[in-house]
Amino acid sequence: MNRLLPVLVTTAVFLVGFIICSLQYPNFASTRVVANLLTDNAFLGIVAVGMTFVIISGGIDLSVGSVIGFTTVFLALAIERHDVPPLVAFALVLVICAAFGAAMGAAIQYFDLPPFIVTLAGLFLARGASFLMSTESIAINAPLYSDIAGYAIRLPGGGRLTIIALMMLAVFVAGGVLLHFTRFGTNVYALGGSRASTALMGVRVGATTIRIYMLSSVLAGLSGIVFTFYTSAGYSLSAVGVELDTIAAVVIGGTMLTGGYGFVFGTFVGVLIQGLIQTYITFDGSLSSWWTKIATGVLLFAFIAFQQLLVVLARRPPRRVAGVVPS
Amino acid sequence: MKFKALLAATVVSTLASTLGAQAADLTIGFSQIGSESGWRAAETSVSKAEAKKRDITFKIADAQQKQENQIKAIRSFIAQGVDAIFLAPVVATGWDQVLKEAKESKIPVVLLDRDIDASGKDLYLTAVTSDSVHEGAVAGEWLAKTVGDKPCAVVELQGTVGASVATNRKKGFDTAIASHSNIKLVRSQTGDFTRAKGKEVMESFIKAEGGGKNICAVYAHNDDMMVGAIQAMKEAGLKPGTDVLTVSIDAVPDIFKAIAAGEANATVELTPNMAGPAFDAVVAYKDKGTVPPKWIQTESKLYTSADDPQKIYESKKGLGY
Repeated sequence: MNRLLPVLVTTAVFLVGFIICSLQYPNFASTRVVANLLTDNAFLGIVAVGMTFVIISGGIDLSVGSVIGFTTVFLALAIERHDVPPLVAFALVLVICAAFGAAMGAAIQYFDLPPFIVTLAGLFLARGASFLMSTESIAINAPLYSDIAGYAIRLPGGGRLTIIALMMLAVFVAGGVLLHFTRFGTNVYALGGSRASTALMGVRVGATTIRIYMLSSVLAGLSGIVFTFYTSAGYSLSAVGVELDTIAAVVIGGTMLTGGYGFVFGTFVGVLIQGLIQTYITFDGSLSSWWTKIATGVLLFAFIAFQQLLVVLARRPPRRVAGVVPS
Repeated sequence: MKFKALLAATVVSTLASTLGAQAADLTIGFSQIGSESGWRAAETSVSKAEAKKRDITFKIADAQQKQENQIKAIRSFIAQGVDAIFLAPVVATGWDQVLKEAKESKIPVVLLDRDIDASGKDLYLTAVTSDSVHEGAVAGEWLAKTVGDKPCAVVELQGTVGASVATNRKKGFDTAIASHSNIKLVRSQTGDFTRAKGKEVMESFIKAEGGGKNICAVYAHNDDMMVGAIQAMKEAGLKPGTDVLTVSIDAVPDIFKAIAAGEANATVELTPNMAGPAFDAVVAYKDKGTVPPKWIQTESKLYTSADDPQKIYESKKGLGY
């Protein structure tokens, strides 16, 4: 029960928030708004799944926003300027991202560097590379793009469940299975608990670390692909600062920044909460959109404080029952 | 008081006559780029005032310079079922899908200040933008009229190299003075649209032209560079506004202060009131089904010392420039 408490609290916050918004704005409780929440946050959700793995393992990945930006520019150039078929371009970019992630993971493991520094270098590298390739926004006009962007499952009430929303849901399900039901997932939790004892247990710490950062970068690449579906363009300035939104979503979703604890489902709700705040502000129409950041900051702070409280409560020795002589 | 000042600032008064009470009950969402420049902040505050004047419920979403935020905002406006959407696009590409969704929901979209790629041409109702070639032409015509038949050597402070606004403002000015053989463009260099650079370049112009005695007029692609150039002229002992004529573009508050002080002569306005004509187009479209032209050009009004610059300065300074 205690283990699930943060996720339950996050879910309750989301539901209460949604109900409050719905009471205030009659059009809020509609399939349109729900489908928009999924579509608009698809790229954030996908990259947040990878971040959940990284943070549970006790690390951090600051490079994801830049990797998304790199992916969008790479795809736009490959498809539009070099006539690479879109599916080949997708495969290519995912391979590049995997190699990039593996390199960061290896640097963290074998040079014993803090993930913060290594992935910060990754952030600059990837963003710099995308600017080097192109500084302008390049439209992608491949037929596949208009097909995918135009296709959606129509929900009653005008909502459109788009392909990218479905992709995000699929990534969450796959991520949940990988984290909670495989040996790799168990190793990720173990790493977050203690690296040294994980190594002593016979887990190949190096290989696991490299795989974790590979997974994060590949999902960032996938998120970049989704981002190009979303905007039908590649732009070197896209997804600036998304790494911070992602970390916020993961932490609001109940994952401990210190590692060893968290659920993929919590991250899903964390992403939705951020989307909900943004939607509320647009519905209101008079609030500055920067309130999104402030609300996220407040929530983040509240959740970290809440987690810390749980840790303190868990560590407290059980109270002695009156009248019993300690043995 | 502030509201009155805002009203006074909405200088496209010719359009004000078309206002009516029939606009009531409309809800319009505006996806604004952000507040990166003073002009854009002024556009936001003028839009709000214009909406209030027409009793329109106006919802603004500031996208913080991000296209994804603009797309989100448009989707959310569609979900709210607004009557129309205004969009100031941060980039020209990538709007087709979300604008199709708006079209499917029969919500007209009006572009403000910037255009989008040709592929989206039938997805919006109209675009309200300024014509920067025309702005340059207005500046050039004023100069031609003011100097008459006297010979006149002009120096030009260009905007950022490669920026379409700079290219267009130069083109318009060049065309306007082409038929006047007495007016000659003697020097032209970029001042990057900034005050500091405008001052620096003007200093080098003055040196190159023998202390500035030969310069008859300065043309700057924006007011900020002109403010810098005025500073440089004063430091060189010249009298801008009397010895040297000045004409620039944008009509920011500071240039009115200079005009009021007699140190600048003319400015061409890039109006922050893009929303006013857009509101009128939407109201006419909703009430009578009048389809507006695909492009509504805003007025590029010329201001000189005859237009009570002090009063305009007072009314503009609160807009966020």
